[in-house]
Amino acid sequence: MIKISDLTKKFGSNVSLDKVNIEFNKNESIALMGANGAGKTTLIRSILGYYHPDSGEVLINGLNPVKDRVKVLQNVSFVPQLPPPIKLSLDELMQYIGIGASVDKELIMYYANEMKLDIKANLNKSFFKLSGGMKQKMLIAISLAKNSDIIIYDEPTANLDPKARDDFYRLLKQNENEKVLLFVTHRLEEVKDLVNRQVYMDLGGITSDERL
Amino acid sequence: MKNLFLIAYLDLKESIRAKWFLVYSLVFGGLIALFFIAGVTESQVMGFSGLSRLLLMYIQVTIVILPIFILVTTVRSISGDRDSHILEYMLCFPISLKQYYWGKVIGRFITVYLPVLFAMVVAVAYGFFKGASIPWDIFFLYTGLLFALSSAFLGIAFFISSFVKSSEVALGIAFFIWIILLAFIDIALISLMMQQRMNEELIIFIAMINPMEIFRVAAISLFDPELTVMGPVAFYILDSMSQATFVFVSIVYPLALGLIFAFLGFKIFERKDLV
Repeated sequence: MIKISDLTKKFGSNVSLDKVNIEFNKNESIALMGANGAGKTTLIRSILGYYHPDSGEVLINGLNPVKDRVKVLQNVSFVPQLPPPIKLSLDELMQYIGIGASVDKELIMYYANEMKLDIKANLNKSFFKLSGGMKQKMLIAISLAKNSDIIIYDEPTANLDPKARDDFYRLLKQNENEKVLLFVTHRLEEVKDLVNRQVYMDLGGITSDERL
Repeated sequence: MKNLFLIAYLDLKESIRAKWFLVYSLVFGGLIALFFIAGVTESQVMGFSGLSRLLLMYIQVTIVILPIFILVTTVRSISGDRDSHILEYMLCFPISLKQYYWGKVIGRFITVYLPVLFAMVVAVAYGFFKGASIPWDIFFLYTGLLFALSSAFLGIAFFISSFVKSSEVALGIAFFIWIILLAFIDIALISLMMQQRMNEELIIFIAMINPMEIFRVAAISLFDPELTVMGPVAFYILDSMSQATFVFVSIVYPLALGLIFAFLGFKIFERKDLV
């Protein structure tokens, strides 16, 4: 599903990814780990097509995420580490995602409800005015409702209380079949029941890749 | 197309709720109200009174404040979203960069143009209600000029926004451009350059590429056929081409300038790293 070949990305003189080669396939749940500055976020952003590589390539189902971003992103869900301060109301955000990405609004509301987030009471509230946990729940609900083949979570449970984490893991378990789940995390114990592969990064390269 | 209009619509809704939009609308609406309260329509200057006089004053103030308002509020459109990681999230959905960028441009154009136009419409409606004669020729000229000026500065703002990573730097560049263009209108540095006997063709060229100067000359030319208050370059320009031709240029040139800058901004946005 995801094939990364000789990927190098530099920012000025800083080499953030150094000839990275790795593949992620269907039915894999991967914990992507490493110290700060190891290149995890750069790798994820390259998969999402945000960065133009200096050399090498990323292919998602055979497509380049920069050149074919619309086709590629139809099959990718992403939840960032920190929810951005989006000023749209929840209703408008769902409208953006509903029309832009053909995601069923009812399904978002279903998953939000499963995550114990009452969307109906907050429909006209700006997203950035929600609490950290509520924002994270909303983004998780959207990612699940999008029903993508590739789901990328960057520290998704950072703002969640233990109960919400349990809900999140339960929903993920129900939705993991035939997908690639990629978790960027510093705490393996949190996702150890979900993942079947651990990848460590350091200084822009893959230092270890273990199947569990 | 539906994504383009969706993004324009959501940007418009978001902007209308923002505090800057309230201030922006109050400034232009307040100006018209202030002119009425101050009795501008009763005064007579250079032979002009009533609504014509009011619209002239409105446009003179607009020359100075509209560009900076548009630059400051728009220049952070993409760079601010990039700064705050909003872009990172909003672009993880299958929406093309073309639809996202031009949707933002359309939404922001409506946001900045409507209050300026609305203030003029209110002035005309109020004048009509008070029984004043409506200077339709001036009203339509100003509608076109404001449309063109808004396009020019919106395009410049999106261009800056597309390549600057931090919104503080974007703001700094916006102020710099505004000051430069303001300085090179007829009554400021251009006059000084003429005093210093610099190359005339260079002076005319500088004046003609400045959308603020073009706007100013076109706006005042209807009022001041003798060009006594407009400055020597304006006099020269209107001496070398007919007023109708110049008005046409003064609408088409800023419009084209805005589109070119917006297009260049899009090309940069498309080719650079998105976050």
